[in-house]
Amino acid sequence: MSDLTVDVAVVGAGPAGLAAAVAAAEAGAVVAVVDAGTQTGGQFWRHRPETGDADPDGHGHHDWNTFLDLRRRFRAGIAAGRVHHLPGLQVWMASKNDVDGFTLRTTRTVVGGEGVTPTVHAARLVLCPGGYDRQLPVPGWDLPGVMAAGGIQAFIKANGALPGKRFVVAGTGPFLLPVAANIAEAGGEVLAVLESSSLSKWFPHWKAAASVPGKALEGAEYAGIFARHRIPYKTRSIVTAVSGTDRVQTVSWAKADADGRAIPGTGGRYEDVDVIGFGWGFTPQMELPLSFGVQTRLDADGSLVAVVDERQESSVPGLFLAGEVTGVGGAVLAVLEGKAAGTAAADASAVVLPADVLPAKEAARRDRHRRFAQAMHQAHPVPHAWQEWLTPETLVCRCEEVPVSEVTQARSTLGAEDSRSLKSFTRVGMGWCQGRVCGFAGSCLGAGPGEPAAAASLASAAKRPLAVPVPISELASLND
Amino acid sequence: MSRASDVLVIGAGVIGAATAYFAARAGLSVTLVDQGLPASGTSSACEGNILVSDKELGPELELTRYSLSVWKGELAEHRHLWEFEAKGGIIVASQPSSLESLNRVMSVQRGFGVAVEELDPAALRKAEPHINPAALGGAYYPEDSQVQPMLVAAQLVRLATEAGAVFHAGVTVTGMMRDGDRVTGVRTSRGDFAAGNVVNCTGTWAGEIGALAGVNVPVMPRRGFVMVTEPLPPMVHHKVYAAEYIDNVGSSDAGLQASPVVEGTPGGTILIGSTRERVGFDRTVSTEALRRLAQNATGLFPFLSSVRAIRHYHGFRPYCPDHLPVIGHDDRAPGLWHAAGHEGAGIGLSVGTGKLLSQALTGQATDVDLTPFAPARFGALDPTPMEASR
Repeated sequence: MSDLTVDVAVVGAGPAGLAAAVAAAEAGAVVAVVDAGTQTGGQFWRHRPETGDADPDGHGHHDWNTFLDLRRRFRAGIAAGRVHHLPGLQVWMASKNDVDGFTLRTTRTVVGGEGVTPTVHAARLVLCPGGYDRQLPVPGWDLPGVMAAGGIQAFIKANGALPGKRFVVAGTGPFLLPVAANIAEAGGEVLAVLESSSLSKWFPHWKAAASVPGKALEGAEYAGIFARHRIPYKTRSIVTAVSGTDRVQTVSWAKADADGRAIPGTGGRYEDVDVIGFGWGFTPQMELPLSFGVQTRLDADGSLVAVVDERQESSVPGLFLAGEVTGVGGAVLAVLEGKAAGTAAADASAVVLPADVLPAKEAARRDRHRRFAQAMHQAHPVPHAWQEWLTPETLVCRCEEVPVSEVTQARSTLGAEDSRSLKSFTRVGMGWCQGRVCGFAGSCLGAGPGEPAAAASLASAAKRPLAVPVPISELASLND
Repeated sequence: MSRASDVLVIGAGVIGAATAYFAARAGLSVTLVDQGLPASGTSSACEGNILVSDKELGPELELTRYSLSVWKGELAEHRHLWEFEAKGGIIVASQPSSLESLNRVMSVQRGFGVAVEELDPAALRKAEPHINPAALGGAYYPEDSQVQPMLVAAQLVRLATEAGAVFHAGVTVTGMMRDGDRVTGVRTSRGDFAAGNVVNCTGTWAGEIGALAGVNVPVMPRRGFVMVTEPLPPMVHHKVYAAEYIDNVGSSDAGLQASPVVEGTPGGTILIGSTRERVGFDRTVSTEALRRLAQNATGLFPFLSSVRAIRHYHGFRPYCPDHLPVIGHDDRAPGLWHAAGHEGAGIGLSVGTGKLLSQALTGQATDVDLTPFAPARFGALDPTPMEASR
C-alpha cells in the first residue's frame, strides 16, 4: 500500500480510537485509522473473527451495542471514502514537523506479508493506544502458566477457548471480576479470586461510585455469576508464591494486613492450578505520546499519564489523546474522550471550544466516570508493602532474568535509584518487552521499599524509540 | 563547611570516574561531582569498545595500548565488575579498494607491535560463518575488547569512594573560583568546592566548563546512532566492522557517515552501529541514519534482514578538531586540567587517561608522553565561537 495523507490520523481502534475516528469522519474530516488488530474493537471489544457483514456476537461483552453502533458508523465512513482503515499495522515511529505535520511509520503486527507498509501523514493526530495489565513480581511468576489477567480474557475472546482448566485470578481492582466471570462462563474452574484490597476502601468514595449506576449493575451481574459458579472471592488476600516443577502447579496465598503484608499463619494453597492470572490495574501505553515529549503527570493509581485539556489536546499542538493514556478509566470514559478528541481534531481551525466537542450531558457523564475511576484507584491501590513479598531470587525482569538481589545491590552500591540507571547497571527492562512488564516494578524498586515510583523513572522506563519491534529489512527500505 | 580537596573532578562518566579512582589510589584527596548520576552522558550511549584495530600509528595508538595494559593489568582483578570481554575484532573488506587500505593499515600497525592476523575469505567464514559470502577478506585483532561502559563508570565511582574519594551527584558547576590566574575550585549549584586542582572530565560539555575558566577547549559533539536487535542465539562472534569504518573515524566531514559495526552481546542481542554526523546536540531521530545502519548491517550479515530491531539509541561523541583528546594541565589557567574529547574511543582510553593524569597530578613523570594531548595546543586564551554548536 502506498503512503496516505489525511486530515486526522487515529492510532488504535478500541473504544477511544473507534469513537474518535467516527466523530472526526462525521465532522467532515478524512481519517486514517491504524490498528494492531485485524478487526475493530481493541482489547475491550476483542471478539471472534467476523464473518461477512453480520453483526458479531457480543456474548460476555459489555456496552456491546455501543460497539455495534460505532462499528456501523465506522463502516459507513469507509463506504463514504472518509475513513481509511489500516488494520494489522502498528506504528513503530511517530513524528511531527512544521512542514508535513504528523508522520506515522508502520509495520505489520504479525511478521510476514507482502509489500511495503504504508506511511501515514496527517495534519492532526489522535493517539488511543490503550493500556495493558500492570504486573508485580512475585516468587515463581516466571513459570509457564502465569498470565496477565487480561491475557486470559483476550485468549477467551479471540479463541472462544480456555488456556487451561483450573484457574486462580489475583491482584486488585474490579477488572478481576469480568476475567473470572469469563473463565467460568467458558467452562473453566476458578478456584479463587484473590483481591488484595478491602472493599471497605470504597466507603469514603460512595458518592463517586453511586453516581455511575451502570457499574453497580455490572457488579450485581458478576455477583450472580460468582454465586452460580461458586467462585470464592477473597478480599485482603494475596499470592505469596507460585510454584511447580516446569510450570504452575501450586499457588500459595495469605491474608494481608492493611499495607498488603502477608499475615503469617493465614491462607493456604491451591493445588493442580493450570493458570494464574495477575492484574494490578493497568499501565497506559505511553511510548507514542512520550515520543512527542507531551506533558505528563502521575495519576491516582501511580501510572504515568498524559496531561490533556478538555478537548483532549495534549501539550503538543494538534496531538490529541484519549482513553487510558490520559488516565485509566474504562471503556465508557474512553468512548466519551475519543468522541471529544475526534471532534476537536476534525476542526482545522483549532479554535473549537470544549462545549463544542461534547454536549453538556455527555461531558457530565465523562466527569462522573472520571470521579468513579479516581475512587476505584484509591479503593484498589497497589499494596504499599508489595516489595516485602519478594525473595532475593525473585526475578524482576523476566526477559533478562534479573533477580531482586541484583537490583537491590545496584541500588545500594551503585546509587541506581531510577529505572534508567537500573537498566544500565542490571539490564532490567532491556529485553524483548523493553520494560513493558517490569517498568513499573523496576521504578518502584529503584525508589525503595514502600516508596511510589517517581514520574521521571516511569517516563524513562516507558520511552521506546522504536515503539514496537521492526524488521531490519523494513528499516533498510525506509523512505524520508 | 570545609570541603577543600587536592583534586576536584567534574563529570562522573568513564573518564572522570577513572580519574577520580586513580587520583584517590595515588593518595590524593578527591571530590567528584556530576550534574546527574554516573554515566549519564556519552558513557551510557555507546558500545563499550576497547579497540586497537581502528587506530593508526601515532599518539592515540600509544595511549590505546597503554590503556589496554591498564585494563588487563592493574584492573584485571575487577574485570568481572564491568563484564570485560576480549572478544576480538574483525575488519571486513568488501571492495578491492578497502582491502588495499586494510592491508596498508595492517602493515603499519604490525610494525608498531599490534597483534593482527590476515584472514582470507575461507578463514573469515570460519571465524564468522554468517558473514556475507561476497566479502573479499579481513583482519583479525585478538586484542580488541569490550566492557559494559555504564558499569565501568559506576563501579569506578564506587571503587574511588572506597579509596577515599567523595562523590556528589546532582551538582552543576556554574563557575570557577580564582586566585589571580589560578583556578582554586568550582562554584556550583550546591555551593563552592575549593580544590588544589580542578579536572574537567565533562566530555561534550568540556568546552562550556573551559569557558567558565576563560580558556578555549574546542570539544564538539558528533552524533552516533546504534540499533539493537531482538535476542538471538549466537550468530556474530566478534566485533565485526567494515574497512570503511577506519576512514570515517578520522574524518571531519559534517555529513552523515555510516559504516557497519556489528557485534553480538552476552544477552543475545546484536548491536548495529554506527553513524557519525555533526548536527550539534540534535536529538531528532534520523530516518536516514536508521536506513543506513540497516542497509550496511545487512550488507555485512545478510541474515539480519529478517531480524527485528527492538530499540535504538544515540549519543554524542566528544571530539576535537584534530581528533585527539585533550589531556593534561592547562597552562593558560593554572590549576585547571582537562581529560575530554576522546571521541568514539573514550571507554577504551578512560583508564589509561585516568592513570596518566594521576601521575601528572602527583608530579611524577607520566608513563606516556602527554605533550601531543596538551590543552595549550588550542592557543587562544578566550573561547572562540564554537564550530557546529548549533
